[in-house]
Amino acid sequence: MKHTISVLVENHSGVLSRVSGLFSRRGFNIDSLAVGITEDPTISRMTIVVEGNDYTVEQVEKQLNKLIDVIKVRTIPEEELVTRELVLFKIQTEISQRSEVMDLCKIMGAKIIDISRSTLTVEMTDTAEQIALLEDLLTPYRILEVARTGLIAVQKGALTINKK
Amino acid sequence: MGLARFAPVESGEKRQQEREELQMRMTGAAAMIKCLENEGVSVVFGYPGATICPFYDSLSHSSVRHVLVRQEQNAGHGASGYARISGKVGVCAVTSGPGATNLITALATAYMDSIPMVAITGQVQSDLLGRDVFQEADITGAAEPFVKHSYLIKDATQIPRIFKEAFYIASTGRPGPVLIDVPIDIQNTEIEFSYPSGVSIRGYKPNTKGHIVQMKRVVDAIIHSERPVICAGGGVIAAGAKRELREYAEKCGIPVVSTMMGIGVMASGHPLYLGMLGTHGTWAANRAIDASDLLIIIGARVGDRAVATPGVLEKRTRVIHIDIDPAEIGKNMGTAIPLVGDAKHILHHLYDMTPGTDFSQWLVQVRQWREEVSFDLEDREGYINPRQLIRQLSAALPDDAVVVSDVGQNQIWTANNINVRPGGRFLTTGGMGTMGYSLPAAVGAQFADPGRAVVAVCGDGAFQMQMMELATICQENLSVKVILMKNGSLGMIRELQKNLYHGNYMAVGLEGGPDYIKIAGAYGIKAASIREQSQAEEAIQEMLRHPGPYLLQCLVRPDEPSH
Repeated sequence: MKHTISVLVENHSGVLSRVSGLFSRRGFNIDSLAVGITEDPTISRMTIVVEGNDYTVEQVEKQLNKLIDVIKVRTIPEEELVTRELVLFKIQTEISQRSEVMDLCKIMGAKIIDISRSTLTVEMTDTAEQIALLEDLLTPYRILEVARTGLIAVQKGALTINKK
Repeated sequence: MGLARFAPVESGEKRQQEREELQMRMTGAAAMIKCLENEGVSVVFGYPGATICPFYDSLSHSSVRHVLVRQEQNAGHGASGYARISGKVGVCAVTSGPGATNLITALATAYMDSIPMVAITGQVQSDLLGRDVFQEADITGAAEPFVKHSYLIKDATQIPRIFKEAFYIASTGRPGPVLIDVPIDIQNTEIEFSYPSGVSIRGYKPNTKGHIVQMKRVVDAIIHSERPVICAGGGVIAAGAKRELREYAEKCGIPVVSTMMGIGVMASGHPLYLGMLGTHGTWAANRAIDASDLLIIIGARVGDRAVATPGVLEKRTRVIHIDIDPAEIGKNMGTAIPLVGDAKHILHHLYDMTPGTDFSQWLVQVRQWREEVSFDLEDREGYINPRQLIRQLSAALPDDAVVVSDVGQNQIWTANNINVRPGGRFLTTGGMGTMGYSLPAAVGAQFADPGRAVVAVCGDGAFQMQMMELATICQENLSVKVILMKNGSLGMIRELQKNLYHGNYMAVGLEGGPDYIKIAGAYGIKAASIREQSQAEEAIQEMLRHPGPYLLQCLVRPDEPSH
C-alpha cells in the first residue's frame, strides 16, 4: 500500500542526503520524493510516497523524527489528501498529427508549452491517475522524453501539517 | 618589551582592558577550545594531523588535557570509556582523511551502544572541499549512518552555537555520538567569541517525561500479572536509574534480567537478579522470560542477541516497552504498552503509583531456576578455566572496580561470571561487538576515575588489534590491568566453525602471535603468565597489588566453549 508522508526539514545542505540515506539503509522503498521551499525560507517541505505496510510507515515516521534536521513528520490519511504532480511529455509528431494531440490535450486539461516542426511538449498538472491516463493516450505517438516532479500533497480544507 | 616597564599605570590598565577585549576575539581553533572549556571538558583523546593542527596549537594553551592514543579508532573508544565512567560527554579529536575514516568504527560502536560523545575532525580547506585533495574524506557523509548528528562547519562564527548544540544533542534524549568536521581555514578564521547559554533546535525536543495514561496502564498490567519479569538494558545505566530500578523491583518483588549492556544494572548477587538473557545468557534468565506473562523491557532495544525470536515471544507474553527512543518501541518486537521517556523519571513515578504486589510464588519458582544454573567450573589440566578465573578476579577486586571486556568468548565468559557489586561497573560493546574495544576503553575509564581499579579482559585475537595502546598506558602512567586469555585462536569463530561448519577451521589460528610477556616487557609493563588454576588467586592478587600497569596472561584451551 502507498502512503504519503509530508516532512518539514531544515533548509540547508546535507538534509536531503540524510533523509534519502535513511530510506536506503533501513530498506524503505520510496515511490517518489519531492522537495521545495515553504512559506518560511528556512524550512523545506518533502513529500515522500512510500510503499509498505503499517509497520513500515510507523518506522519511517519514527526514524525520520530521529533526524535532528527533521522538524515535523505527518502521514496524511487517504481521505484528507489533495495531491498533484507535474509532468512534461515530449512527443514526436507529424504535422498532420498535431491537431489530434492538441485535441487530446484539451480534453485532458494539458497544455502545449513548446512546439517545433517535429515535436510537441505537453505539460500537465494533475493526480497520478490522470497523468497515467494521458501517458496512455499519448503512447500511440512517439514519446521522446518524460519528466515528472513526483507527488506533492497537502490536506483538505483548513487542515495543515502543523495543525490536526 | 623592555619599554613596557616605563609605561604609566593608567596605560597599563588600558592595556589590560584591551587584552580582555582582544581575548574575546580569537581564532576558530581557540574558540573550539573555549567551547570545550565551557562544557567542562577535562580531557580529549586524540591523534593530530595537518588539518587539525590549529586546534592542537590552541589546545596546548588550555587546561584541557590531551591523551595521545596510537590509532584514531582508539581515540573514540577512549572517549567512550571515559563517558561511561564519568557520566560526561567523551571528546575525541582526529585529523581529516584517514584519521577521520579510522574513527568511524569507534563512532559506530558508540552509536550502537548509545554513548554520549563529541568527535572533532579536521578537514581540508573549505574552498577545496570536493576536489579530492590530500587527506580529504567526506567524513560527515561517510559517518552519517553512525552518528546521532553531524556538522560540517562552513562559517567560523557558528562554532560556539554548533559546539553547544553538539554537546546538548550527544548527552540528552538517547545519548549518542555527534561529529563536528572543521576545515582548517575555519579553525584559522578570527571570530568574536561568545558562548550561548542555551540551545534552540526546533527538530530536537526529546521527550523525557512518561505519559501519565501509559504509566497507569503499566501499573495496571503489573497488578494483573502473575509472572512478571523486568528486562533492563543499558538505557537504565545511561539514565542513571540503577537505584530507581532496584527499588522498584524490590517494592514489587519482580525478578530482573539484563541485556549485556545492562549488566551491572543490579548487583549480580541481588536476590531478584537472574543474570543476562539471550543467546549467550543464563538458563534462569531465559527460562523466566519464556514462562513470564508480562515482560517489562526498560532501556533495551530487543536486539537479536538478546531476543532471538521476538515474534514468538510477543505472542506468549504481554510486552511493556519503556524507552527514551520512540523508534525502538515496536521496531523489533510487538508491544502491548509502549511508554516513551527517561527511565529514571518513569521508574520514580511508577514506584509511587504502584501499590504493593505479591509475586512470591513466582519468585520461589525463578529462584529455584537460578539455583539450578550451573557453569563448568572444573579445573583444566595445564590450562586456566576462564569462568573460574573471572570469578576469582571478581572476588579479588574492590566493589567499585571497572571491568571492561572485549569481544569474543572472553566477553561471554566475563558477562556470565563476573560478580558486579553495588558501585561496580562492567563495560563492553554490546551492539557493534567491536574487537579491540577493551584496552582503549579501559584507558578512558581510568582517566574518568584515576583512583578506581580498571581491568581490561580480552583474548589474544582482540589484544593484537589494540596492543599499541600499551604505549598510551605507559605515556600517561596509568595503572590499567590486562587479563589476556590466550587460546591461540579466534575462539568464538572457531567454536562457530566447529558447530556449524563441521569443524572446518579456517583462518582462526593465531600461531604467528608474539610472546605477550616480552611485548609487555618491551613497554616496561610488568607481566606474568599462568596455566594452572591453583596459581590464579595469587597471580590476581599480585597483579592488583602492583601499583602500575600489569598484564596477566592466562592460557586457555583452544577448544574451551563459550558456555
